[in-house]
Amino acid sequence: MSVSWLLRRLALILYTVFIVSVLVFGITQALPADAAVTLLGENATAEALNAIRERLGLGDPIWWQYLRWVGHAATGDFGLSMRTGQPVGPEMLTALGRSLLLAVAAILVMLVIAVPLGMLAAVRQGKAADMATGLISYLGVSFPEFVTATLLAMLLADSLQWLPATGYVSPLEDFGGAVRHLALPVLTASLILVAHVARMVRSETLDVLHSDYIRAARLKGLPERTVLVRHALRNALLPVVTIVALDVGYLLGGIIVIEEIFAIPGIGRQLMVAVTARDLPSIQAGALIMSATYAVANTLADVAYAVLDKRIRYD
Amino acid sequence: MTDLLRRLMRTPQGAIGLILLAVLAAACLFGPWLAPHDPEKMDFLGRFRPLGAQNWFGADQFGRDVLSRLLVGARSTLPMALAATLLGTVAGAVVGTASAYLGGRWDEAIMRTIDAVMAVPGLLLALLLVSTLGNGAGNAMIAIAVTFAPGMARVTRAVALTVRGQDYVKSATVRGESAPWIIFREMLPNVMAPVVIEATIRVSFAVMLFATLSFLGLGAQPPASEWGLMVAEARQYVHQAPWVLIAPSLAIALTAIAFNLLGDGLRDAMNPRDER
Repeated sequence: MSVSWLLRRLALILYTVFIVSVLVFGITQALPADAAVTLLGENATAEALNAIRERLGLGDPIWWQYLRWVGHAATGDFGLSMRTGQPVGPEMLTALGRSLLLAVAAILVMLVIAVPLGMLAAVRQGKAADMATGLISYLGVSFPEFVTATLLAMLLADSLQWLPATGYVSPLEDFGGAVRHLALPVLTASLILVAHVARMVRSETLDVLHSDYIRAARLKGLPERTVLVRHALRNALLPVVTIVALDVGYLLGGIIVIEEIFAIPGIGRQLMVAVTARDLPSIQAGALIMSATYAVANTLADVAYAVLDKRIRYD
Repeated sequence: MTDLLRRLMRTPQGAIGLILLAVLAAACLFGPWLAPHDPEKMDFLGRFRPLGAQNWFGADQFGRDVLSRLLVGARSTLPMALAATLLGTVAGAVVGTASAYLGGRWDEAIMRTIDAVMAVPGLLLALLLVSTLGNGAGNAMIAIAVTFAPGMARVTRAVALTVRGQDYVKSATVRGESAPWIIFREMLPNVMAPVVIEATIRVSFAVMLFATLSFLGLGAQPPASEWGLMVAEARQYVHQAPWVLIAPSLAIALTAIAFNLLGDGLRDAMNPRDER
């Protein structure tokens, strides 16, 4: 992994964020809402509307408005929310923190379930365990998050009363409560990922199991457990890093729905509220932050892949 | 074509997928005639009536027959998902083929931009587009199409790059054909097979995405019996009548499963290595 490769990856992130910012700004500018009217209401006088347009610079050329927005956004200043009047940046970052907690927990839960499941399916290829894993993968990718979430909430919260149906508790204040409140959202988010990753782990493990060095390890007389865990697992997990990074995209999209259903004040829910209220600064900030998070996750995965796999030399 | 169908029926995924799709197609085409009741007819004595002879899948909060609403609702879900996929696929295929044909710097610029657009999570992009275009089934369809186009462009480009090196494309270039002619008449028809497989699997995403947008209140609007919307409306009555929630949930999942199975079946059936 050379410095120039890292620099190129960095340039790609910047280009990505640039395109995304143009996209987000362009789309939100086309929103059929007059910011001044949204702020002051339908009954505002013409003078008041003009004054606020002047203050927000709504009369300036569009490219100038874009540059001003990007310039401020780069310093973390996304303007004031039209709904609450509070600065959008800090509000969104707090929300992002809660979402990341949910996302990271979902990825961990997914790995704990998907990796053993995929390996089991590969080792028992063609047997019942393999079929079951295949079936779970099929079902997993065929249930959209809102269906999984509603059905799980119906079963575990309404019928069995095991878990709270909605709400968010900070893990810093009440760890047990936080775990109970996050259980359903995390379960929902991890299910669709389990489906993808278990499939991937299965096919990678199959490839590895048929390789020469595994045969060599077996011929050396190593116990099967050692062969699987020490030799096969490591090499099979490598490509999983990439698929997990790609799944972060699904996860971020899914989080919008999951947070809405379970009433978690994360960035997805903030975005939904902003979209409903046509709160331009919040929509722009939320969309840009989410997309940038995804771009960074992808790059981190590439770097991790390069660090883990000594055979790959980027130059 | 019949050969492909026969090979498709020979794979278990393809066979199950086709059967499920036939049921769905029947619901789309003949739904209103198959429905045992009027899907809009309210019956306040029959609110939350459980599954039984009168309402096979039960009745909802207004006493409307759930099965009838599902059957009629197939029309507001499936054609929209299909149209969105078709639109996104065509747009993506044209861009991807053009990018492969142009090559060099143009190709690089187009593909990096596509990478960047794909950095916006799909649902987020669709959400932003719908909020700009306005809520509604048609706009949700367009938003999903736009969301799909970059991914399809990437898939098509990969295939088109190999096609570009073929002799018939070279000879067309030597003949002095125009770029649009080469892109549309020589290259596009030959990249279609893998693109069709990819598109089939994407229909299941389109179904889920469309239902999700409707669930969030951005897609189909009440009193439509779109399946995602039915789930959203049934959520508050989950204590009284879980079946009102379960029926459309399963309908969405079954549709997604059907297209996933068909896509996998097509991949096996079209695989040239698999001549049996």
